[in-house]
Amino acid sequence: MRKQLVQTVESILKQDPRVALLLGDIGVFGFRNAFQLFPNRVYNVGILEQSTASMAAGLAMTGFIPVIHTIAPFLVERCFEQLKVDFGYQKLGGNFISVGASYDYASLGCTHHCPGDIAVLKSIPGMEIVVPGTSAEFDSLFRQSYANGKPTYFRLSEREHSSVLDVKPGKAQVLKIGGSATVIAVGPLLDAVSEAVAELDVTLLYYTTLLPFDSETLRQNCHSEKVILCEPYYEGGLAFEIFRALGTRAVSLKCIGVPVMFLTDYGKPEDHDTLLGLTPEKIRVQIDEFVKK
Amino acid sequence: MHNEITALKKVIVKAAAAAGEGHIPSSFSIMDILWVLYDKILRINPADPSNPTRDRLILSKGHGALALYAILAKKGFFPVSELENFGKLSCILGGHPDRNKVPGVETSTGSLGHGFPISVGIALGLKIRKLDSKVFTIIGDGEANEGTIWESALLAAHHGLSNLCCVLDYNHSTDRALKVGDLAAKFRAFGWDSFPINGHDHGEIYEALIKEHSFKPMAIIAETVKGQGCKMMENNPAWHHRGPSDKELKEILAELG
Repeated sequence: MRKQLVQTVESILKQDPRVALLLGDIGVFGFRNAFQLFPNRVYNVGILEQSTASMAAGLAMTGFIPVIHTIAPFLVERCFEQLKVDFGYQKLGGNFISVGASYDYASLGCTHHCPGDIAVLKSIPGMEIVVPGTSAEFDSLFRQSYANGKPTYFRLSEREHSSVLDVKPGKAQVLKIGGSATVIAVGPLLDAVSEAVAELDVTLLYYTTLLPFDSETLRQNCHSEKVILCEPYYEGGLAFEIFRALGTRAVSLKCIGVPVMFLTDYGKPEDHDTLLGLTPEKIRVQIDEFVKK
Repeated sequence: MHNEITALKKVIVKAAAAAGEGHIPSSFSIMDILWVLYDKILRINPADPSNPTRDRLILSKGHGALALYAILAKKGFFPVSELENFGKLSCILGGHPDRNKVPGVETSTGSLGHGFPISVGIALGLKIRKLDSKVFTIIGDGEANEGTIWESALLAAHHGLSNLCCVLDYNHSTDRALKVGDLAAKFRAFGWDSFPINGHDHGEIYEALIKEHSFKPMAIIAETVKGQGCKMMENNPAWHHRGPSDKELKEILAELG
């Protein structure tokens, strides 16, 4: 999605003079044209993410729509208090676009993994969280949301699913209807989940916007007492939203995702999928067992 | 002028007494600086507080909120009577300032090391927009322990933010933990114009604030006394965050005169 990031943001910079891009010395080569075209609105700020986030809030206070981009742990976990206080508490709009996701940089080790970003950001009231599943989805979702006046997190990944879907901010999509369970797939995990449930009589919902959570689509498409949540970050990220959406209905929930642990092995992202049970085959076994219980 | 400052300090002490808490000494150390800024320097209009061409004052050391509230009320941003409810459940005025509640407050601060980098962003934004507004930010010496202060000092110098002026309230509150030494030398080493002044001398404060700094940001290191003007509190850490008793209130008001 990194190529798409450059294309989309460059195009928005052209369209909207309020947009300013701040890079944390990441993605600089990709944005080389943007630096030339918009020297006053594109900055490689440096390797000081916390000050970059606060500075972005200052730009928002003078009428700009800031876009900050760097690798997920440095954008989210290092800058947590800046995102919380300077954007969330002060009710400022800004776009925070990360790359790396949970373990795209598998071989770089735990410092560069970020399976915890969603849990961290969920604690900031008013934060909008978007997990596009493809480059095209990022393009569409970013264009529709970048000027929403809210702090908005876009979690980009090198890993994409292969479906072509017309995604809308804040809306989930119903991809399949069935009776024995409702399966929720988030972002790039869609391919693995679709394959896993291909032969199963389940409803499949696809979410790209995590917050604000689309409760309505879940309520209308939950035809059994079983919900299976499949997420490409620490497991159970949307568990509370699911229970809240379903209110007093008795449902049992199975969470499939990255187990809450440090991923101390290196290798390729695909190796971690296998280790963590996030391959289509392993997801299918887990769903099967849960549905048959 | 002395009477004006005294009146503001009395408002602060009474507000803290009514609330049973408040950062009085940290407010007193910046009272003279705020007075000169709001009375002589800042181009702001209480009737039009969000005019994009206004100057900005960011109180990065947000715990000095009582001083900011007192001067904003004095300048007509909200009624002085609001301070009587300081810290109460639904009052707009809390222990740290909230820009979404308090007219005239530019930035919600409280967590140290945030307001200063935000000021850098505001100064950059104004520069991009070619507005000649100035940005003043007040930080504390304790706050200068925070890494973001020095990150942002680098940024401001790198981007040539000559529209940014930092006033450092050097009340030595952090000496007991981590001494920050010669702050003017440190800011100069980071590419700023920087010099010390007496932070309670209105003439020196004014001269420093109007000083031309065409290419670099400017850091005024204001030597101050924490709790200035009140012997009971001066440099007494026990008073950092508390309200005076009835007896203490009488003594303080009598001393302020």
